[in-house]
Amino acid sequence: MAVVIALLAVLFSLPERTLTRIKTGVGNVFLPLFGLSAAGRTLLERGANAFLPKRVLLEELARARTSNQQLRVRAAHGDEMARENDRLRQLLGWQKQSPWKLKPARVVARDTAHWWRTVRIDLGARDGVRSGLPVLVADGLVGKTGAVSHATAEVVFIGDPNCRVAVLVRETGEMGVISAMSSSVLDHRLVDLTHLPRNSSLKAGQTVYTSGLGGVFPAGLPVGTVVDSRSVGYGLYTEARVRLVADTSRVREVMVLFP
Amino acid sequence: MNRLLTTILLIAGFLGVFLQATWVVPRQLLGAPLNFLPPLIVFAAFRTDVATVSLLATLGGLLTDALSANALGVTVLPLLWIGLALHRWRELILQELGYARFVVGMFASAAAPLLTLLIVLTLGEGVAIGWDSLWKWLVVAVTGGGLTPLCFFLLDAAHERLAAHPSKPPSFRPDREIKRGRN
Repeated sequence: MAVVIALLAVLFSLPERTLTRIKTGVGNVFLPLFGLSAAGRTLLERGANAFLPKRVLLEELARARTSNQQLRVRAAHGDEMARENDRLRQLLGWQKQSPWKLKPARVVARDTAHWWRTVRIDLGARDGVRSGLPVLVADGLVGKTGAVSHATAEVVFIGDPNCRVAVLVRETGEMGVISAMSSSVLDHRLVDLTHLPRNSSLKAGQTVYTSGLGGVFPAGLPVGTVVDSRSVGYGLYTEARVRLVADTSRVREVMVLFP
Repeated sequence: MNRLLTTILLIAGFLGVFLQATWVVPRQLLGAPLNFLPPLIVFAAFRTDVATVSLLATLGGLLTDALSANALGVTVLPLLWIGLALHRWRELILQELGYARFVVGMFASAAAPLLTLLIVLTLGEGVAIGWDSLWKWLVVAVTGGGLTPLCFFLLDAAHERLAAHPSKPPSFRPDREIKRGRN
């Protein structure tokens, strides 16, 4: 027992960086099991796909073709708008925006403690991932990357105290910060939007996007919708509850955004 | 120290932490993961010695923290406290009855996250807890209670199968041999 306590005393006194390295090293013990688990899941999916009826596949193909055509038209329109935007930026002398590079990743593990909102993905330093990159799903922003090891990376979801997001309410132009999950409710998708002006005019249903302030998240990523707002601090501030666009408890695949 | 049982326990702890982090079915059905370490600590406290309890608490705790945003080592102390307390008073605790194992496992599974959270808060870190955390804590406690008798059953069976049994003496007894014919 004395050995264990001495070990813990040493661990708690180590610098943050060394501790992170040791933690990453200990976590790497699970890499073979992560690999086995991913291979097993792929095999199962392939097996399940092999038994899909042809009629279902044809229907899926028809839907994909229709969707593909619509997306192509929208992409062409978007390209034209991007070119126009570049021309106007050039005329005004503004800095040119670089296109987003997205890398898909699969969630391989979830936090063992239920007071954090983090997961581990199968992209790591070998794939160019570093700490502080935005992480998205198709619906919008879900969080940012945390500690990164060679083959895996931690993703800190919005709602965790270690992931603060500067946001903008599109309809009113008001800015605030999403800091942590809302503690007064049972719905884990609700988070608190703070640092709003005193005379805020937020209404339920208004959309919340990243503001681009803070330097971590680019502007314009959907985050959620306003549920309600209240006056706090004897009327000095306003706080709102925001429902996140993505249910982070069910996320299985994410995309890491490279600037 | 029973090396075989210690090895079985450490492997079970390693697999338990992996399942806790990767098995999504309990999370989706109940809203919280299954925590296998407190039931294993209960088993270790009742069946093994202090060294095995300490080893399981240390390795299990470090592995749990490695797959969490917790500071490395915060889960070790609660597991160690629970294990040593149960080991200290194991003569006074019912341990051969299923419901008793359930109750002890439930208390251990309820105490482990509470003590860990206390240490995390003492270290000055902000955590994401709300009213839904209460539900998660209840789920972890009750499922931990349910897993404890299962752990006893499986680990006892594994130990029984893998342990080397002493060879039985032959049933032939010369003093009882029936001798035929006349001398």
